[in-house]
Amino acid sequence: MDAFSSFFSSANLQWVLAGSLLLGFASGVIGSFVLLKRQSLISDAMAHAALPGVCIIYILFQVKSVPFLLAGAAVTSLIATQSIQTIVNKSRIKTDAAIGIIISVFFGLGIVLLTYIQQNSSGNQAGLDSFIFGQAASLVRSDVQLIAIGALVLIILTALFFKEFKISIFDPQFAKGIGLPVTFFNGVLLFLVVAVVVIGIQMVGVVLIAALLITPPISARYWTDRLGWMTILAGIFGAIAGVSGAVLSTAFNNLPTGPVIVLSASLIFFISLFLGSKKGLIIKGVKHA
Amino acid sequence: MYALSVKDISVTYDKQLALEDVSFAVPEGSITGIIGPNGAGKSTLIKSILQLLPTLSGNVEVFHKPIKSQKKIIGYVPQRSEVDWDFPTNALDVVLMGRYNHIGLFKRANKKEVTWAKTCLEKVGMQDYATRQISQLSGGQQQRVFLARAMAQDAKVYFMDEPFAGVDASTEKAIIQLMKEWKAEGKTVLVVHHDLQTVNDYFDHVLLLNKSPIAYGETQTVFTLDNLEQAYGGKIAFLQKAPATVKEST
Repeated sequence: MDAFSSFFSSANLQWVLAGSLLLGFASGVIGSFVLLKRQSLISDAMAHAALPGVCIIYILFQVKSVPFLLAGAAVTSLIATQSIQTIVNKSRIKTDAAIGIIISVFFGLGIVLLTYIQQNSSGNQAGLDSFIFGQAASLVRSDVQLIAIGALVLIILTALFFKEFKISIFDPQFAKGIGLPVTFFNGVLLFLVVAVVVIGIQMVGVVLIAALLITPPISARYWTDRLGWMTILAGIFGAIAGVSGAVLSTAFNNLPTGPVIVLSASLIFFISLFLGSKKGLIIKGVKHA
Repeated sequence: MYALSVKDISVTYDKQLALEDVSFAVPEGSITGIIGPNGAGKSTLIKSILQLLPTLSGNVEVFHKPIKSQKKIIGYVPQRSEVDWDFPTNALDVVLMGRYNHIGLFKRANKKEVTWAKTCLEKVGMQDYATRQISQLSGGQQQRVFLARAMAQDAKVYFMDEPFAGVDASTEKAIIQLMKEWKAEGKTVLVVHHDLQTVNDYFDHVLLLNKSPIAYGETQTVFTLDNLEQAYGGKIAFLQKAPATVKEST
């Protein structure tokens, strides 16, 4: 248990814990709305599309200032989302195919740029490859602070817009009919998704952060029929996954954080699938028997 | 006083005209049925009046003011099939949505709003189902929840899109009763409808529509075989049967 004891003596510990906890909670809460809006896959495209943004900023400015890199991530994420919409609106290509195209194009571009950076930069070029699978151990204090505070802001924003998101996802026609600005609310939700992806990619990585948006809400849905409880439960599940991923990956050197987070989120999912009190397989079996 | 006046609405859908130059004006305190064959643009008309769809041209006034400024006095019952009934929410929550533009941004529903929503559920006979997950309601019960939500809006002009589709007989009666109550309170109701047999009983005004308006006015003068033939075109067999029963009942 040497690894554990050295981890817990780390000065960064509190911030890493707070960061992974809040990031997990924010992803679960925001992901609940994304799931109900049937946009889970679009969030995956947004995440993958963040990689070229990070690389482009690094190539252009040769800096490893995290806020700069993340701004680049946000821009390419939004371009990807917009491209999916445009493809669906202007061609006969269906949404799933459009998402598939955009994920592979942007991620492919990201990998090419990353390889270019690794071959052409001098010395250790900042470990940009940790953006792929995430590495909690490599985060410095300011990174984790950015994650923690950012996630907290996103959670508060989501709580503020709870009622508005609810009606514009459940019944957008009715909401528009009574004069609510549904398009604006959709824009706010989109902003929240991009924001949580962007602040989370250092810890979880672009490949797997969508799983942190998708899996906790699906698990939560097995336990409740109320949206409020679903978002809170999804937040808690996400927080558990985030903290366990951060702790385990830091304790056992070189274990990437993203995959560990996803594995623990998946464990929660399987437990919910069987034991869930509203839609779990066992309770359903009992009801049908 | 006209509760609603629609001027020259045209809508294209996939580059084809779905509605062409639709104009009509609905007097306050009337119940108007919007009747026409499948694909005549009945739902499209309601949606473009409510600005849920982009229109090519036209303008809509409610009590002689642009509809945009009148959304608080407009009630809407969309087609039941248009929402996800597996959404994690219960009947009371859905009814409360009728109050959202009164409650205001970022605020939660207060006790008064909740009590009001419960009263609306009671009026449609659904008080025992307030906390029931909406997917566990029958089609008729879901429609009643939508009605209660419309009632909760406390609007002056109501738009209902095929409210009778897939509901049981007692729910159909409840809807009619509610429409008549609204009328008695001076409210104006527009209903997209496709059952020709019941037109004479349900509506005092009729808009016959097939992409453009065929006829509009009081049911007795407008709901005639000639007009129906014009609206429905070739579907004669079905047509001759329907107005025949209409005549019997008058």
